[in-house]
Amino acid sequence: MIKAREIKKSFLVSIWFMFLTFPIMVIRVNPIEKIVEWRWKNMLVVGIGSFLLSFVWRYMLKKKEAGEKRAETGESGKTFLIQRILEERRFYIPLVTGLTIIAVAFPFIFSMYQTSIMTTALMYIVLGLGLNIVVGLAGLLDLGYVAFYAVGAYSYALLNHHFGLGFWSVLPIGAVLGFIFGVLLGFPVLRLRGDYLAIVTLGFGEIIRLVLENWNEFSFGPSGIANIDRPGFFGIQFSLQAASIYLYFLMIGLVIFTIIVVNRLQNSRIGRAWIALREDETACQAMGIDKTRTKLRAFALGATWAGMVGVIFAAKTTFINPASFTFLESAMILSIVVLGGMGSILGVIIGALILILLPEYLRAFSDYRMLLFGAIMVIMMVFRPQGIIANIRRTYKFNE
Amino acid sequence: MEYFLELILGGLTRGSIYALIALGYTMVYGIIELINFAHGEIYMIGAFTALIFTSVLTLLGFNEIAVIVLASLAAVIYSSAYGYTVEKIAYKPLRHASRLSPLIGAIGMSIFLQNYVLLAQTSDFLPFPNLIPEFEFIKPYRHIISSAEIVILITTSTAMILLTFLIKFTRTGKAMRATAQDRNMAMLVGVNVNRVISITFVIGSALAALGGVLIASHVGQINFYIGFVAGIKAFTAAVLGGIGSIPGAVLGALVLGLTESFATGYVSSDYEDVFAFGLLVLILIFKPAGILGRVRHQKI
Repeated sequence: MIKAREIKKSFLVSIWFMFLTFPIMVIRVNPIEKIVEWRWKNMLVVGIGSFLLSFVWRYMLKKKEAGEKRAETGESGKTFLIQRILEERRFYIPLVTGLTIIAVAFPFIFSMYQTSIMTTALMYIVLGLGLNIVVGLAGLLDLGYVAFYAVGAYSYALLNHHFGLGFWSVLPIGAVLGFIFGVLLGFPVLRLRGDYLAIVTLGFGEIIRLVLENWNEFSFGPSGIANIDRPGFFGIQFSLQAASIYLYFLMIGLVIFTIIVVNRLQNSRIGRAWIALREDETACQAMGIDKTRTKLRAFALGATWAGMVGVIFAAKTTFINPASFTFLESAMILSIVVLGGMGSILGVIIGALILILLPEYLRAFSDYRMLLFGAIMVIMMVFRPQGIIANIRRTYKFNE
Repeated sequence: MEYFLELILGGLTRGSIYALIALGYTMVYGIIELINFAHGEIYMIGAFTALIFTSVLTLLGFNEIAVIVLASLAAVIYSSAYGYTVEKIAYKPLRHASRLSPLIGAIGMSIFLQNYVLLAQTSDFLPFPNLIPEFEFIKPYRHIISSAEIVILITTSTAMILLTFLIKFTRTGKAMRATAQDRNMAMLVGVNVNRVISITFVIGSALAALGGVLIASHVGQINFYIGFVAGIKAFTAAVLGGIGSIPGAVLGALVLGLTESFATGYVSSDYEDVFAFGLLVLILIFKPAGILGRVRHQKI
C-alpha cells in the first residue's frame, strides 16, 4: 500500500532533483562556437528516476532503522547464507574444490584477453586485501595507497631499465621498498586522528605522483618507462600467450599467499591489537598496547603488499607512467574494500571481482564506472556500512 | 620590488579565494566534525553553473552587468542547493555512525559529483568568459595588479565581513555557535540542530560558489577536476589556521596563498601543488591544532 502522502513526497523529491540537475544535465554549452544544446529528455529521465528511487530510498532507510532496533533489543543472530556455507564443512569443501578447478582451468578455457582481465582482477584482490589491513582491520583511512603501488612499479621499471634486474629479484625489493616507504610516511602521520590521516595520506599520494611526473631525470616524466621485461622462469623466455598464463598463475599464487597471511594476521596478537585499536584507542592504550607502533605495523604491511603488486603491474603492462597512479586508483581500491566489507577477506575478494569484472563485461557501463564507484561508496555507507559480507566478530559464549 | 609587490598581491588574491572555500570546510567541521570532501565539487559545480548561465544569458541578449549578476546568483543558488542535498543524502543518515563511515561517504560523494559533471558536460577544459571588466583607473598599475584581482579582494572581504556579522550577531549565528559547542545541549535548549546543520552547508556552499565564479573568471578556464585540487588546498588552509575556527581559516588561506605565490615566483612553478601538500603535511605533523586552533583534550 502506497499512501498519497508518500507519492506527494516522492513527487516533491522529483521536482527538486529536476531543478537541481537542470543546468548541468539539460544545458550543454560550447563557449567557443557559441552553441547551446538543450537536452530536455534528460530532465524527464531525472524526474522519473528520482521519483522511483525516492521510494526505494525511503524503504531501505526504514528497513535499516528496523534492523537497528532489532539489534538493540538483542534479536539479531541471523547469519547470512554465505557465512553459514563457510562454517559447515559439508558445503565448504566441495566449494573450495570447485573454485580450485575453475581457477586452474580458466586460462586454458578462455582467451588470452579474458585471462588478462582476470589477472587484473586478481591484482586488485591483493591490493584490496592489503588496504583491508590498513582500513578494515586497523581502521586507518589511507587515501594515498596508490603511492606504494607506484613505488613498487617504479622500482621494478627503474631497476630493470638501468641495471637489467629481473622480475624475481625485484619482487622482494619492491616489497621491501613498499615497507620502507610505509614506515617513512607512516611514522610522522600516524599520531594524527582518523580524518587528518586521510587527508595527509591523500597529500602524500599526490606528492609522489607529482614528483614522478616532474622529475624527468629520475622517472622519465609523464612519458613513462616502456619495454619493461616480463617475468621469466629460470631463464626461459615465454611467448606472449604463455607469459600471460604464467602471470595469471603467479597472481593466483600471490592471492592464496595473501589470504593465508591476512587470515593468520587477523587472529594473531597484532591483528587483535589492530581491531581493538580501531574500536577504541583510549581503552586500547590503557591495556598496554603501543598505539603508534601497532598502527605503523598495519600501515607498513599494507604498503608491502601494494609494493609487491606494483612490481607485478609493471611486469604485466610492460609500460608505466604516472597517469596510472592517480587518486582515482586509490579510490577504486578503497571502494573495493568498502563494497566487500571492511575487515572481511571473502568480502574484499567478492568486492574486487564485482568492481573489476562487471565494468569489463558490461561495456555499456564502462563510462559510468567511476560514477558507480562513487555512488556505491555513498550507498554502502548509508545502508550497509559493514559491506556485502560483514566480518564475523568472534564472540565468546558465557556458559554457566 | 615591483615583482615582490606583484607576488604579494597575487598571493593575497589566491589566498582570499582559498579562504572562501576554506570557510565551508571549517564551518562544517566545527559543527559536525566531518571533513566534507564533496565541498571542492560544490565549488566546481558553482563555476560550471556560472559558465552555463553566462553563455545562455549572453545568447539571449542580456547586457553585461545583468549577465554577471544573474550568473553569479544562479551559481550561488545552485551550489547551495547541491550542498543542502548532499548533506541530506549522504551525511544526515550517518549522524550517529562511526567516524569513518561519513568520511568514506563524503569521498564517494565527491567522486560521484565529479563524474556526474564529467558525463553530463565534458572532460575538456572550457574557456570561461572574463566577467570582470577592465577598470580605467587601474591602467597605470596594470603590471602590478589587475582589476580582476581588485574585484576578488573586495568581494571576498565583503563576504567575510557579512559572514562574521551573521555568526556574531544574528539568532542563526548564535544557534550555529551553540551547535558547534555541544550539539546535545543545543538540542536541549530548543535549537533545531538539523536546520542549523543545513544552514551551515548552504552558507558554506554559497561562499564556495562565489569563490568558484571569481577564480574561474580570473583563470579563464574550468573543467570537472578543478574542485579536487581546490578542495585539498582549501582544506590545507583550514587546517593551517586551525580547523573549526573561522578567522583561522581566513588567516590560513592567506598564508597558503602567499606561500604558493612566492614558491612559484622564486622557486619553480612545476611543483606548485607539491608546496601546498608539503605545507599541509608539515603543519599536521608539527602543529596539528593549527595557528589559531585550540588543542582539544579528549575526555573519557
